[in-house]
Amino acid sequence: MADLLEVTDLHTQFFTRDGVVRAVDGVTFQVAAGETLGIVGESGCGKSVTALSLMRLIPQPPGKIVKGSIMFDGQDILKMDDDEVRGIRGNNIAMIFQDPMTSLNPVLTISRQISEALELHLKMDKSEARKRTIELLELVNIPSAKKRVDDYPHQFSGGMRQRVMIAMALSCNPKLILADEPTTALDVTIQAQILDLLKNLAREFRTAFILITHDLGVVAGMTQRINVMYAGRIVEKADTVELFANPKMPYTWGLLRSIPRLDESRKAKLVPIEGLPPDLIAPPPGCKFEPRCQYRRDVCKEKEPELKHVPGSKSDHEARCWGTQEGGWLVDTDWKREIGDTRLLEAIKQETASVTATPETPGE
Amino acid sequence: MAVTTNTTPPKDQFIQRSRSTATMDSGKNLLTVTALKMHFPLTQGIIFQRQVGAVRAVDGVDFFVEKGETLGLVGESGCGKSTTGRAILQLYKPTAGSVKFDGTELTTLGGEQMRKMRRRMQMIFQDPYASLNPRMTVGNIIGEPLEVHNLAKGRAKTERVQELLKIVGLNPYFTNRYPHEFSGGQRQRIGVARALAVEPDFIVADEPISALDVSIQAQVINLLEELQDRFNLTYLFIAHDLSVVRHISDRVAVMYLGKIVELADRIDLYEHPLHPYSQALLSAVPIPDPSVEQKRKRIILTGDVPSPVNPPSGCRFHTRCWKAQAICSEVDPEFIEHAPRHWAACHFPGA
Repeated sequence: MADLLEVTDLHTQFFTRDGVVRAVDGVTFQVAAGETLGIVGESGCGKSVTALSLMRLIPQPPGKIVKGSIMFDGQDILKMDDDEVRGIRGNNIAMIFQDPMTSLNPVLTISRQISEALELHLKMDKSEARKRTIELLELVNIPSAKKRVDDYPHQFSGGMRQRVMIAMALSCNPKLILADEPTTALDVTIQAQILDLLKNLAREFRTAFILITHDLGVVAGMTQRINVMYAGRIVEKADTVELFANPKMPYTWGLLRSIPRLDESRKAKLVPIEGLPPDLIAPPPGCKFEPRCQYRRDVCKEKEPELKHVPGSKSDHEARCWGTQEGGWLVDTDWKREIGDTRLLEAIKQETASVTATPETPGE
Repeated sequence: MAVTTNTTPPKDQFIQRSRSTATMDSGKNLLTVTALKMHFPLTQGIIFQRQVGAVRAVDGVDFFVEKGETLGLVGESGCGKSTTGRAILQLYKPTAGSVKFDGTELTTLGGEQMRKMRRRMQMIFQDPYASLNPRMTVGNIIGEPLEVHNLAKGRAKTERVQELLKIVGLNPYFTNRYPHEFSGGQRQRIGVARALAVEPDFIVADEPISALDVSIQAQVINLLEELQDRFNLTYLFIAHDLSVVRHISDRVAVMYLGKIVELADRIDLYEHPLHPYSQALLSAVPIPDPSVEQKRKRIILTGDVPSPVNPPSGCRFHTRCWKAQAICSEVDPEFIEHAPRHWAACHFPGA
């Protein structure tokens, strides 16, 4: 099947007083129709900027998409003029944001906010739009939707607001929904409700999802394929089962080892990823993860590895690591048992103890 | 102790049993909390304020913390877990109940005595961006408690601050820097150093890692564990992340709408949860393993947490509980020891 979305060599940069921040630095991936793709990474790794780039919502200046192409349904979003992009935004591609408290307009009723898109994109008249709005609210399981449609956002709880956001995203039957940390601001029982809802919607409407999150637990249950991002790059991509069963990149190992699991059998000591994420203005010349990697060798510092297929894994499993590529020293490493050079780990820890971080941009 | 059966003993017996066991003092307790209540008044009127109700943030909790252990306190936002932590440290004046720390009743202590007591009990806050004064240097932030409690001055203070920085894994020469120069994880280490400065016995850690990135969380968890071994600390670890709480705690208490609904040893609670809310909470946590996730059956609770201003009658969870029967909306279940060191407040536990 042809891919619905095809992102090729995307570069998004921010031009700041201190220099050029390479927030997204050569990202390539595809999403098939009806598929759910997970993008995993820590704050500042470029996952949200990737999503905003897809919608052409990067504030410009200071940001700019400097290179690459985003083919959606056969058209390049980056070559469209503003009117054409507006026709796609909210219509063919919709977005669910992290914080339902700030992404709804507090002075407009829910009905007004949802029907706006319906009137604009689907050319519905007022009464039609209102009817459809109520249907949408029922679809996302908001009790007594008929009554609540004229309420304001503050009259809803956090979970209910996120349902409103989802109803809004669904309003024009988009082919692709970008969900940027849709459950991070919610409690765990509410998170379960929302994830359940998203899963059912994806199945029912065959909508493709890009689920952006830092929570490996969430992507494990929700997605078919996963991209792991670090410092503006995709460092590993594979289908979900494969990625968790057979990860091939020390950063992914680090992530998996550093989170306690609810079903862990005994009290194992966590192995954190020591050090701090790199400065994206002056990233390390070689592998971006090299300064924090306890498996590193000299080659990692000198040259950056490419994202390519790794031996001993499924054909679509790619990783960006010298060690796990053909002939590398980590090909046979059992990541669960061999935690790498502990002296090196200690050295990285000592090193970072004496480095102050550059103050990060607030509001990530 | 026998597991309770359907033969319900008379009600007054229930109360006695639960009270005496939940707060049982085996001599090892550092902290004993009994029937603690913290209500915040809601007032109306412009000139004459009259009370029209109260937010019952904490509404009668009993538990104890033994010396050297970590008690995890979990629950969703608004359940009263942070308020409990603050009420224990007397940062709020509790509405009712007793808080005994190492044999001393804290709720009746006067200002000066309480101030002295605070040297032994410290707090680590959630947000390392908001809990450090941006205009103070790291040296002043960590040194302030030393001066307040007359523990060190001048040169001795500087040396102690440097030692503390080293203990928490930061460069001892950072004393003249300001908080904005540090990353989130490093700031949280500064917060930990400040709490450690006065050599406390007991630390309330209120969501200490929630604001941090995944890879940094493990660094701080490991630091807290190392410090516990090294200085024989006792923790009350408040968090909403059940996986983290399971990892760090010896025993875990689950809170819902101002009450503790279940309290047990960590393995016991996670493997044999008795209260339906604990069961739902545990099943809602995603596990980072697709093969496990596919097989898991999830209990999805309907609705939201009710308002603590006007909590449901009877068992507070009955509005969302799939096992609820008529009795649940009428009688508030007592907090009973169902198995050794395993308490729960439910009419139909474990079923």
